[in-house]
Amino acid sequence: MKPDTLGAATAKTANAAERKAFLVKHMVTIMFIALSLAGYILAGMTPFLFLMDIVARVSRNAFLVLSLIIPVMAGMGLNFSIVLGAMAGQAVLIFVTHWGVNGLPGILLCLVLVTPLAMFLGYLTGKLFNKTKGQEMIAGLILAFFAQGIYELIFLQFVGGIIPMNNTTLVMSSGIGIRTTVDLTGGLKYGMDWPGQLWGNDTLLRPTLPWAFLSVIAAIVVGYLLYVFVFKGKRPSPPPLIASALALGYASWWSIVQIQESTQINWIRVPFLTWIVIAALCAFILFFSKTKLGQDMRAVGQDRHVAAVAGIKVNRVRIIAIMMSMVMAGWGHIIFLQNMGAFSTYGSHEQIGLYSVAALLIGGATVSKATIGQALLGVLLFHTLFIVSPAAGRQVFGDAQVGEYFRVFVAYGVIGVTLAMHAWKTLLQNRARQEL
Amino acid sequence: MKTVLDFLKNLGLARLIILGFFVFLCAAAILLRLNLAELLTSSLARIGMWGVLVLAMLPAIVSGIGPNFGVSLGILCGLVGGLTSLEMAYRLEGVVELGGGALFFIAILVSMPFAVMTGIGYGWLLNRVKGSEMMIATYVGFSVVSIMKLAWLFLPYSSPEMAWPIGRGVRVQISLANRGITRILNDFLSFRIGDVVVPTGLLLFVALCCFLMWLFLRSKTGTAMYAAGDNPRFAEAAGVNVNRQRIVGTILSTVLGAVGILVYAQSYGFMQLYEGPMFMPFVAVAAVLIGGASVKRATITHVVVGTILFLGIQVVAIPVANAFTADWSSMGEISRKIIQNGVILYALTQAGGD
Amino acid sequence: MAPESVLKMTNIGKSYYGTTVLKGIDLEIKPGEIHGIVGENGAGKSTLMNILFGMSVIHSTGGFEGSIEVAGESVQIQSPEEAMALGIGMVHQEFMLLPNFTLTENIKLNREVLKPNPVSRIFGENLKSLDFDVMNKDARKALDRLHIDIEEYASVAGLPVGHMQFTEIARELDKTNLKVLVFDEPTAVLTESEADHLLQAMKEIAADGIAILFITHRLDEIITVCDNITVLRDGALVGHRTKAETDVYELAELMVGSRMAELAQSTRDLSEKKPVLELRNLNVRMPGERVRGVNLDVREGEILGIGGLAGQGKIGIANGIMGLFPSEGDVRLAGEQLPLNSPKESMARGLAYVSEDRRGVGLLLDSSIELNIVFSAAQNQNQFVRRWGPFSQLDSDTIRQHALKYIKDLDIRCTGPTQMVRRLSGGNQQKVCIARALTMNPHVLLVSEPTRGIDVGAKRIVLDTLRKLNEELGMTIVMTSSELGELRSICDRIAIVTDGKVAGILKPDDSDVNFGLLMSGQKAEKGA
Repeated sequence: MKPDTLGAATAKTANAAERKAFLVKHMVTIMFIALSLAGYILAGMTPFLFLMDIVARVSRNAFLVLSLIIPVMAGMGLNFSIVLGAMAGQAVLIFVTHWGVNGLPGILLCLVLVTPLAMFLGYLTGKLFNKTKGQEMIAGLILAFFAQGIYELIFLQFVGGIIPMNNTTLVMSSGIGIRTTVDLTGGLKYGMDWPGQLWGNDTLLRPTLPWAFLSVIAAIVVGYLLYVFVFKGKRPSPPPLIASALALGYASWWSIVQIQESTQINWIRVPFLTWIVIAALCAFILFFSKTKLGQDMRAVGQDRHVAAVAGIKVNRVRIIAIMMSMVMAGWGHIIFLQNMGAFSTYGSHEQIGLYSVAALLIGGATVSKATIGQALLGVLLFHTLFIVSPAAGRQVFGDAQVGEYFRVFVAYGVIGVTLAMHAWKTLLQNRARQEL
Repeated sequence: MKTVLDFLKNLGLARLIILGFFVFLCAAAILLRLNLAELLTSSLARIGMWGVLVLAMLPAIVSGIGPNFGVSLGILCGLVGGLTSLEMAYRLEGVVELGGGALFFIAILVSMPFAVMTGIGYGWLLNRVKGSEMMIATYVGFSVVSIMKLAWLFLPYSSPEMAWPIGRGVRVQISLANRGITRILNDFLSFRIGDVVVPTGLLLFVALCCFLMWLFLRSKTGTAMYAAGDNPRFAEAAGVNVNRQRIVGTILSTVLGAVGILVYAQSYGFMQLYEGPMFMPFVAVAAVLIGGASVKRATITHVVVGTILFLGIQVVAIPVANAFTADWSSMGEISRKIIQNGVILYALTQAGGD
Repeated sequence: MAPESVLKMTNIGKSYYGTTVLKGIDLEIKPGEIHGIVGENGAGKSTLMNILFGMSVIHSTGGFEGSIEVAGESVQIQSPEEAMALGIGMVHQEFMLLPNFTLTENIKLNREVLKPNPVSRIFGENLKSLDFDVMNKDARKALDRLHIDIEEYASVAGLPVGHMQFTEIARELDKTNLKVLVFDEPTAVLTESEADHLLQAMKEIAADGIAILFITHRLDEIITVCDNITVLRDGALVGHRTKAETDVYELAELMVGSRMAELAQSTRDLSEKKPVLELRNLNVRMPGERVRGVNLDVREGEILGIGGLAGQGKIGIANGIMGLFPSEGDVRLAGEQLPLNSPKESMARGLAYVSEDRRGVGLLLDSSIELNIVFSAAQNQNQFVRRWGPFSQLDSDTIRQHALKYIKDLDIRCTGPTQMVRRLSGGNQQKVCIARALTMNPHVLLVSEPTRGIDVGAKRIVLDTLRKLNEELGMTIVMTSSELGELRSICDRIAIVTDGKVAGILKPDDSDVNFGLLMSGQKAEKGA
């Protein structure tokens, strides 16, 4: 064989190998994209219903899922203890509702109040995790169950008794304990999603979906051009530019058609302030990973021993990571509940850890690596599956229950499989390192 | 004096608090003039009910996989056995009349092959995730419970006490009363001392399981399993196949889980499917830890003491809390949550990090 | 003006719980000097470095004696950070690198160059941004000094070992105040050409005025680069030499020293005996103690010693034969091929092993003495086991009798056969290990580091026991030990292992120079 054909052949096999490696690496995500698509087709939903649901779900959940990224960076795995942050958020919501501070001001008050509480819980959790290094995830899971007991003790037994609260709508008729559901309607409901609500303004920061879509696209285009021409000072290569221009063009055309024809889709309102808050969190996480503390966390995440020898205060860095995650979880849960509009006092936080972690993993994250893109993609896919599976179940088996059980299984299953894969890989790596 | 201090230190703060709480509850029960006979009766029944499930933790910890947070796998095998035995009774109606005792043992027999096969697969998995067994076991348990929720919808059980009259799948809770399985062990040789009912058969069955476990731990395989868990490098050097012994431990734990849920169900009178088995492992784990076990060490004494303490507290706490004030109706459940998960957390911190 | 000394350690001494491990050490280095430190394992090199770096292991055990001066000023070094601040750096034997970080990030680990941003003005130092441009430039400069031409923005994962070592050095060079740089066995993991490159780099670094402390067991390297050499032995200073006044032979002799054996040396001639255990090209992948192609014959009825420095592979040989670490090669026991990688097979064919890791591998610490003694025999030979079909029970009566016999024979000091092994002293634990090996009635007994960590009296008993077994029962014994004196006192022949191979086999009464040379990877003066 001639040398050049030989080279071509190896290049070909290398390409095939690369493609295979890509598929293997993104297996989970690819599988869920396929599953979501199949579910969507089987369910036979209208795009209007689907989009309305998915916009609401993604907007209210993204923040919570993003709160998981920083502990992963610090090598502490998936932080199942964000449930504590959610409890803190819920506790604050109950009191702010009791005090009757409504709308956006009420939400802001909640965010301010939950911060020290979540930091305190995060500090304690961080201390616990430093005592259970290597077992943070199971400790976080059990801690969430434990905290559930404490939470019930406070809100079911103490409030109204030891902690006085005079409020017939919130407190049970016996005078002891918060009712099992708390209704935020007319209070904190849509406090962030609909900022003009309190003042009767219907449109402030609340555009319809096509408009929101159009402005996001515009922001991306402008931002990218600014970045390339102003900051980097160079010309981008034409093919990707043309491709993205075409894609953006089509998307804007779609938006404009929807607006012009005033279709159903143009009735869907987008919680733009919430989107801005989520974008701000993404920007903060990106910024944070390039700061001194972020660098320390990445170092600790890779190897605690090496980081410690270099003089990094490993335990302190780990505690800070958990505190940050906990505060974000508190905020995230407030955002979640203001959109829901009502919550089950003793249950709505319970599944937060499970669903957030599952969403993150479906986006392709692992125990040791999670990015913003993975978090956002994961939320999108996970909730698509959540929306379509009961409908698909009804269409295929004549029973929505099947789909509901299936999506719960998916949440547990994806966590179980990812954890097992990670543990196995770590074991093999350790063995290989020993034999080096 | 020094030995007393040593003893307390060995017990650990968390267990001291729990022990103190139990003593407090008992004292309160006496002072509040609660019906002690009734309390003792239900304590005995509860302890016997959970005994085998808690015992299922022992082979897991001894063989080195740690407390079996995935014993729900065994529980599911037991439930399949139970359902199959009820279905047999239904299908064979008019051909053979199967009594409660026969059905109970058929249930155990049917669940056995499932439990052994599951234990092998589960043990194989746990051997690949050494160091993270507890977390993996928990999520394997959760996943399998939730996939079984789907399975319950599709499995072809048709007996009227199981199937919904309309719709798909088996019921959430299946009564054992019609087939005479309810309390089949509890009532065997049962007798009264005053007002206290002793569930002799149940306690004897638990004692028998403990005795068999004791014998096993003194056998050649038992000592090998113990060494594999206590010091894997020692065991490997002494010619023991550590991975195989861990699988043996997992199988035993799964089998005991299957038997355990059937013992539980006959005493309770119902089999609970769907969400039922999801959180049962945590109770069993907490019980053995309260008895003095750690995630690396456990003995039969720990199992017995832990079961008595933890389930004793659960039985006594509710009436005591109610007697204090009617507002505190949830105190029993709340204290269970706090104690159960608190003691598991405590054990995790004691195990230390890597 | 003659350069002042940059580091001066005077009359350093240290004891742990009453045992003196270091006494009267003096050390002085001038800027630009390369100073070699030579010594066997346990000579005190690492304790000396721990003192220099203020490691917590020193301060938590009552500190040390003597004084340290850096650049003429007396200092109290309480922590590694303080040592770093004083300009003392260390190139670690194990790599302190993060694989997913770039070279720059590793070189600048926890010493990143920061620039302020709006957030940091509110929340402080910790949220300052990393200035990658400056960091990359600094890293480039340090790498250039070492003539390393890899991009500083490449990630460390996948770099060849040599480059990892140089990244470590670059990290130290990047520290602007560096005065003294310690190299701890830096060439152990390098190929020959990498090692040459490193020695060259050391000379250049020294030429810039940085003092280098070079710890190695490779005497030829010491002679090549060092200006002055300090030799330690058994925690004491043996001598200072300048390069001009010494050679490899003298260093070897100083390092080993003459320690007369406590017991009479063996004078048996067993050269006529058949080999009972033959090793051909044995390779063992034991981390830190790799064996790379050992050929060795063990003769029937002899006590063969295996010596050498730590990390050279002597420990790996017995572990490989017993199947405890992955091995390849040809091992024959009494002429028959021994299947490798299976402890069960090795034991079934009449080998028994007393591990060097007594508490880790040798014992079930929380179990009774009797269970520890009979465990291997029960598992592998069905001794002490009563069977009924598939069921079995350990036979407690015979186990008790057997344990009592060994407690008496080996003089195990305990409250009874059911006492937990954890509660025994090191020497008595070791006797339990030996008892377990003997219970298997082995043909060949492999013993590793039998006297490590036990007191003098118990050492004597253990060694006497081994000799008695050999003399009275004719048991062939292969004893691996770091203590040369101990090997010379009871062995018939001693194989010295260096770089995973047998460097040579010596008689117990061979000269110190020969032992020293073999242990340092040199050829012996004359054949043994």
